[in-house]
Amino acid sequence: MDGMSNKKKAAKKDAPVLGLIGMLRWAWTQLTKMNTALFLLLLLAVAAVPGSMFPQNIQDPQKVQEYKDSHTTWGPIADKLQLFDVFSSAWFSAIYILLFISLIGCVVPRTIKHAKAFRAKPPRTPRNLTRLPQHRVLTIPVDSVEGGLTANGAVRTANKILRKRHYRTEVREDSTAPSVGAERGYIREIGNLLFHASMIGVLVGVAIGGQFGYSGQKIVAEGESHVNTLISYDSFKPGTNYNPDWLRNFSVTLDKLNVTYDRDKTSSTYGQDLSYDAQMTVKDSPGAKAKKESLKVNEPLNIDGNNVYLQGNGYAPIVKVTGGDGKVAYEGPVVSLPTDKVFTSSMVLKVPDAGPDQLGFVGMFLPTAVIQPGQMPYSADAAPANPALVLSSYSGDLGLDDGKPQNVYVLDTDKLNELNSMKSENGGIVLTEENNKLDLPDNKGSIEFEGVKRYAGLDIHYDPGKPVVLVSFLLAFGGLIISLFVARRRLWVKARETTLDGGTKAVVVEYGLLARGEDPRLAAEADKLTEIFAQEWGLEFSEG
Amino acid sequence: MTINENLGQWSETFMLLAAVTYLVSFVAFTWDLASHSRATRKAEAAAGSADETGVPATVGASPVARNSEKSGSGVSAAVLEGGGGGSRGRAYNARTRAKLNNYVADDSMTYTGERRVAARVAVAVMIIACAIHVIGVVTRGLAAGRVPWGNMYEFCTTGALVVSVVFLVALIFRDLRFVGALVTGLSLIMMVAATIGFPTPVGHLKPALQSYWLVIHVSVAVMASGVFTITFAMAVLQLIQSRRERKLIEGEKAGLGFMRLVPSSQALENFAFRLNTVGFVMWTFTLAMGAIWANKAWGRYWGWDTKEVWTFVIWVVYAAYLHARATRGWTGPRSAWLSIIGYGCIIFNFTAVNVVFNGLHSYSGL
Repeated sequence: MDGMSNKKKAAKKDAPVLGLIGMLRWAWTQLTKMNTALFLLLLLAVAAVPGSMFPQNIQDPQKVQEYKDSHTTWGPIADKLQLFDVFSSAWFSAIYILLFISLIGCVVPRTIKHAKAFRAKPPRTPRNLTRLPQHRVLTIPVDSVEGGLTANGAVRTANKILRKRHYRTEVREDSTAPSVGAERGYIREIGNLLFHASMIGVLVGVAIGGQFGYSGQKIVAEGESHVNTLISYDSFKPGTNYNPDWLRNFSVTLDKLNVTYDRDKTSSTYGQDLSYDAQMTVKDSPGAKAKKESLKVNEPLNIDGNNVYLQGNGYAPIVKVTGGDGKVAYEGPVVSLPTDKVFTSSMVLKVPDAGPDQLGFVGMFLPTAVIQPGQMPYSADAAPANPALVLSSYSGDLGLDDGKPQNVYVLDTDKLNELNSMKSENGGIVLTEENNKLDLPDNKGSIEFEGVKRYAGLDIHYDPGKPVVLVSFLLAFGGLIISLFVARRRLWVKARETTLDGGTKAVVVEYGLLARGEDPRLAAEADKLTEIFAQEWGLEFSEG
Repeated sequence: MTINENLGQWSETFMLLAAVTYLVSFVAFTWDLASHSRATRKAEAAAGSADETGVPATVGASPVARNSEKSGSGVSAAVLEGGGGGSRGRAYNARTRAKLNNYVADDSMTYTGERRVAARVAVAVMIIACAIHVIGVVTRGLAAGRVPWGNMYEFCTTGALVVSVVFLVALIFRDLRFVGALVTGLSLIMMVAATIGFPTPVGHLKPALQSYWLVIHVSVAVMASGVFTITFAMAVLQLIQSRRERKLIEGEKAGLGFMRLVPSSQALENFAFRLNTVGFVMWTFTLAMGAIWANKAWGRYWGWDTKEVWTFVIWVVYAAYLHARATRGWTGPRSAWLSIIGYGCIIFNFTAVNVVFNGLHSYSGL
């Protein structure tokens, strides 16, 4: 505290010629104040809130785009304010960087201070122990102890007891007023420093992950493979400094996807999928031996440091499209996206190779279709009991030829002519297992429904910062518990010899306790010591 | 594992019964406060400003051990802010404390001999309510064949149970009956919210929730929320009490006679702080276990999902609360407000984030 006021005085004197160094010093003092840290903490909490109010690019760029589209004036402003990238925004970063600088500015001097305190002897005995928050006096008749008792002897015994209670002690022998100085709980401050230092470790780990990690998604139908190269991914997000050449060359093949449905008639979740798992064939490298693995939700596969997660599942109906020219333009599974609990799945199929006109299909895949005249077909169950396709078809220009990237799951119908749909007079395309082929109107070709495969949605992640974060966090947690629940206390025991009124000789043992920081059990500790001392010196308490 | 619907219905009946019993307990707790308020007013009117008898002198029967800390009125001057007494809550000097002494309850929150019939009834009824509540929660778990905290209904009902149990266990050690009305009131609100706001029949869990992490992560989250509920109640009382104390110090009529049953704002602050440290450690654990689970389930330990954002916000707010304790000028009412804001965030995180926002954590079961 003295240092602080000196600094303040110095700053005042220097005020007119503050200069750059003075300014920096002033800023540093301000930044490392507890008030500032508290303010920055609260600011960090407030700054995080928009991250939950606005759609975020890190989660769902699609939603961000939708938001921008529907808020034409506010959208661009919000974008400028980085409200769609809150957690990588300049202002959010500024707050946490300042907070961490403040933290370092607090932790470093405290570490130095504590290193000194840790090596120092317990502080000198105060003259007046009665002024301490906890103070007790014991008067021990000399003859109540076997072999008599001296002041120095009492102090030595107290020293032994305190050492057993994990106090660091120093005996101050003195002919008139010997004493013990004791302190315990140095680890409290160590825990505190460890917690704060580990927070820096967490930040470093997060940064490493953001720089040198990657994540990507890939949908694999049964029988298909994912080879871990950039082109194989449906979407790929590299870290800031990640080089895709570093991708490990493993491959995974989905052999079979198993799904278990809730078949308990009384259950409120009847008919939904209860659990699913993917049977995979894994090759660590092109030349490696193939291994069979089972991939489940919550249980990722670790392949050469990369984690492969089962993120979702769905149906990929196998479709064959023949163009108006009679050539097969497409044949294979089409991934459909489940939209509800009974797996009514939306699908889009673009057939640019169809001739003479390109073809496009939009519609639904129904695993258990209920088809009744005069009604829109719907799915009654998530299991593939009566799979059906309900589609509308289009012909014309798909808009793929100009090379602009398009969303595979959206059909842009601007330059397309509707051939048929459920709404139009000629009716849409309804294909089932029995009735699996339909010719398109105007001799544009035909579509055939050949069967259904399941697919698995895979997430593949690599984050080299994870171990750093985990270890840092564990240290932080340990530090937190120590810093909150280990009490740091100082304690002094003094003894002197005296003669009581009746003429009996006695030793007066006096002790005082001082808490350093939070210590709700200080009085309890004083009581406990009284109990131990009393037992040691054969004192008995009458019921008070 | 099959769903036992019959048992599920029994569970709902027990929940309803428990809620009604909580209501009775709440009324009794309120009655206790009200009757005390009335008695105080009567006594004040009769005796004017007649001093109540001071603290009974400590009987000096023990021949050898003397406690220099005077109990009651005059805590030694050293126990001021940061004075080494082991707590940093906002404190008054000894003279002011003496002035307040007859208007607030003893800071040690120990049971005195005073007979408070209504309060006794309230606690007894609350124990019964709690027992019924336990049956309700256990049967719910048995009916679903899993831990009973898989959706908002279950989170609410189990959370309310934790609040009540934490409170009843704390009652063994301390006389905290003064927060009884608030605690039973909050439990009741949680039960009503569960039954009316988020009614969900017994059902299975989504694949992503079928993990032992659900047991660890969510149970600790429920416990932390329970602890924060109680500290929230104490923070509210602390604010009321500190306002009243200010009036008393200035010599005005303070009113709110029932607050005489409540310890000083400083004692409330210190006690709430202790509970909040426990709550904070639990919340840190929840956050970390959530991150580990997220890593297992979604491939990243932290993705700023709405729920994660708010869990982070809550963590930071309570971290600020802990720091406020060691910051000049931030003890007292300000720290109480931080505790209240933190609890507000918890409520928001639980309700709005589950229902309104569409994140990965939208497991409302609605």
